[in-house]
Amino acid sequence: MKRIKAVNEFVIRFANVNGTGSASANAMFAKSIFRMGIPVSPKNIFPSNIQGLPTWYEVRVSEKGYLGRRGGVDIAVSVNPQSMAQDIGDLNPGGYFVYDNTKPLDLRLHREDVHLIGLPLTDICRREYTQARQRQLFKNVIYIGALAALLNIEFPVLKELVDEQFKGKDKLVASNIHALELGYQYALKNFKCPLGVHLERRDLIGKKIMMEGNDALALGAIYGGATVVAWYPLTPSTSVIEGFEKYAKRLRIDPGSGDRRYCVAQAEDELAAIGMVIGASWNGARSFTATSGPGLSLMGEFLGLAYFAEVPTVLFDIQRAGPSTGMPTRTQQSDIFAAAYASHGDTKHVLLIPSDPKECFEMSAESFDLADRLQTPVILMSDLDLGMNDNLSEPLEWDDQRNYDRGKVLSAEDLDNLTERYGRYRDVDGDGICYRTLPGTHPDKGAFFTRGTSRNEYAIYTEFGDAYVSNMERLSRKLETAKSIVPAPQVYRAKKTTRDGMIFYGSSRDASLEALDILAAKGLHLDAMRLRAFPFSKEVVDFIDAHDRVFVVEQNRDGQMRKLLIIECELNPGKLLSYTHYDGMPMTALDAADHIARVLGSSNITPLRKKKAGEKV
Amino acid sequence: MSYIRPEFRHPDSQTNINGFTRKDYEGALSTLCAGCGHDSVSSGIIDACFELGVWPHRVAKISGIGCSSKTPTYFLGKSHGFNSVHGRMPSVTTGANMANGEMAYIGISGDGDSASIGLGQFGHVVRRNLNMVYIVENNGCYGLTKGQDSATTDIGSSSKKGDPNPFQPIDLCSMALQLGATFVARSFSGDKEQLIPLIKAGIVHNGFAFIDVISPCVTFNNTPESSKGYEFVRDHMEATGKMDFVPARSEITTNYESGFTKEITLHYGSVIHLYKDDKLDCTDRNSALRAIQEHDEKGQVLTGLLYVDPDSRDFHKVQQTVKHPLRDLDEQDLCPGARSLGAINASLR
Repeated sequence: MKRIKAVNEFVIRFANVNGTGSASANAMFAKSIFRMGIPVSPKNIFPSNIQGLPTWYEVRVSEKGYLGRRGGVDIAVSVNPQSMAQDIGDLNPGGYFVYDNTKPLDLRLHREDVHLIGLPLTDICRREYTQARQRQLFKNVIYIGALAALLNIEFPVLKELVDEQFKGKDKLVASNIHALELGYQYALKNFKCPLGVHLERRDLIGKKIMMEGNDALALGAIYGGATVVAWYPLTPSTSVIEGFEKYAKRLRIDPGSGDRRYCVAQAEDELAAIGMVIGASWNGARSFTATSGPGLSLMGEFLGLAYFAEVPTVLFDIQRAGPSTGMPTRTQQSDIFAAAYASHGDTKHVLLIPSDPKECFEMSAESFDLADRLQTPVILMSDLDLGMNDNLSEPLEWDDQRNYDRGKVLSAEDLDNLTERYGRYRDVDGDGICYRTLPGTHPDKGAFFTRGTSRNEYAIYTEFGDAYVSNMERLSRKLETAKSIVPAPQVYRAKKTTRDGMIFYGSSRDASLEALDILAAKGLHLDAMRLRAFPFSKEVVDFIDAHDRVFVVEQNRDGQMRKLLIIECELNPGKLLSYTHYDGMPMTALDAADHIARVLGSSNITPLRKKKAGEKV
Repeated sequence: MSYIRPEFRHPDSQTNINGFTRKDYEGALSTLCAGCGHDSVSSGIIDACFELGVWPHRVAKISGIGCSSKTPTYFLGKSHGFNSVHGRMPSVTTGANMANGEMAYIGISGDGDSASIGLGQFGHVVRRNLNMVYIVENNGCYGLTKGQDSATTDIGSSSKKGDPNPFQPIDLCSMALQLGATFVARSFSGDKEQLIPLIKAGIVHNGFAFIDVISPCVTFNNTPESSKGYEFVRDHMEATGKMDFVPARSEITTNYESGFTKEITLHYGSVIHLYKDDKLDCTDRNSALRAIQEHDEKGQVLTGLLYVDPDSRDFHKVQQTVKHPLRDLDEQDLCPGARSLGAINASLR
């Protein structure tokens, strides 16, 4: 029988029951590989449920540094009878099926081409523990211990992780290490360790960190100076706010009084949340909310107000599979249209698109500068995959010399020095961005009325078409200005000159880069560009112009970014080809590469054409 | 409506404690219908702010959408104003207040804005005890869309089109009381003597001050059977008791009538004086709810101060925010810096 053999290149998938404490044990598994210096990429695949339904944890180990989902499973750890049939079925031929053999495996599930590794987890727990909850929790730790022997995880690394997790609680440390030992010894005694698939220490991590994108967004908001936060709970955005509160409690307490240098309001709904953000930003505080697709839809009316009344507004959209409730705990990049053109009438919004935690941190902080500078909504587009999974990332950086860019705000002194009448909506500098004043600034200068209705340059209500049009034209001009200050796209040149290109963005980065390598190995070379913002800058148009065919890789059904490019850059649609993946699981490099290779291969064949009447062949 | 307002003011116009004249609190000319109750409310706000001596620019006026929500243009021209989204004034005001708790916030809404589309936001801003004055200019109909029934329209009352309203009205004062509002009052746009001290007390109150002002719509709902018409209110108004509001700093100079029966000291030392024999205990929430109900059963509209909690703790207090306005904090106060980030990076390895 075939036996998969690999060192530091494999995919292992844990199948658990939601709510049984498997998450922390599985996270320890991934972290131990990280500590052994090997690149690792874990993904939580969880149900919209608190307890009882199946949940998976898929870990890709790749010393080549590929962090996207690979596809296929080499080792399955089955601790959930509900999903056993699926779990053994998904295994690659020659793979390993680790399961609880307290009860014998159902004969109908047997596969001739996989290796069974039975661990009597329930038996061990029954023998060792008396309480039901302990039996449940330690079962997870025991299989991690067994995997340490089977896959060659350094035991001291695991011990160190347990020490850190239960710091100061010696009893818990001891019992967890005991449980690890139980599994470790059982595996050593009963199997030939390590398996053909296993780990070996490397030094490939350097200064890198493992962090959830949402956590990085939260920290970026702390560093970026956000003080007012309003939100409504919605998976997968909730942990952004939880993260903000976690860091604020550590980093934003006034040392003298113990009072908070921030204020968080859990609103009654998303409408109120964005309303609060707009109110706070109008009044000069840096403020944000986090939501996902359904919340973004609810915020639509307010986003139009913020665009038209020109109030800086920061919104983090952690995308999930839509439409409607869709698959609320699965990932997608499907809010591109909903965000770019949110609200009614002619609107357009600035989007920032991070690909890893470091960028989440940077773009989060930068979103406040951009919103203040442009006086308009800035929507940061993350997703469940980036937001809620531990992602390997370069360490976060901050320059202590950096100051917040509060944009064009007139102080009392500025108002006193004005030589002409102050007009809130006068385009003094020609960049479409006008000077604003904050409430309470000056006793009798600079006050104006903010409204979503049409007004003239002096913020006076008007229904004259000319004034309306000139204002709308200026808003367009402002979005032109935005093109030059939003984060620039990143270009990846192919090793050989090529007329083919690929465009991708956000959490599709890692799988796309791997797909490029797979294609290059087949002799198919593509230049690539990673979009990092909307509106699209000239570089984006130039990149597309410089290629004959450009694949747009994205995780939604309709190829939303491709269409946005066609509309906004006025491109020939035939030139942009689409690869989409939208089943709720993160995309895989293999599927993308297969698709592109097929298209590129077939397009080299001259199509047969019908002979026209009278035409000579 | 008028098209011209004379600019001239008496050179010896009275000035207030901070040297402002009444004109300093005026706004643009109203574009509402002649005789609209809302204009009287605007005028009441101007008087209240003038008499309190607030700095005009230290007030922010925020509204939703509708006839009532247009009015912030017509008072306090030196203040920043925000005409936001229908039914969403409470959230915008909440955010504004979170950013800077040192200013006064006057929220203007209507019965459509607060009792229908914005009922949710109304309920929740009450719960948060946001430090603001929330004035509903309640005319029992949709004016700007030409006279449809609203959620405060009396049951059985006919709109201009003639169909009687079959639905129960919502009483916003009772709702506010039930949701824990710390200052609840009802008044009538035509009764300045009562309205102005209520607005003053509401501005000084440290928390959510709700004033439901019956403000007749002369065009669409000034009908004999509407409880929101001039005639009805004048005939059926029953006040809780005459009241007077005395700001803390002017107590010595104020010449108040003798014979007041109760005084309520607010957070910063200002005092509400209640005159007349009054059965209502303004510091007892249940008593207020009962009184509203009893008067309603008798076909009367109970006006005046209904309830006040002198020990009110506003949203900032509950949230333990720093004294200094959050919007004025800078990089020094807010950014933890590179060294802290180094430690965070280390914890993520």
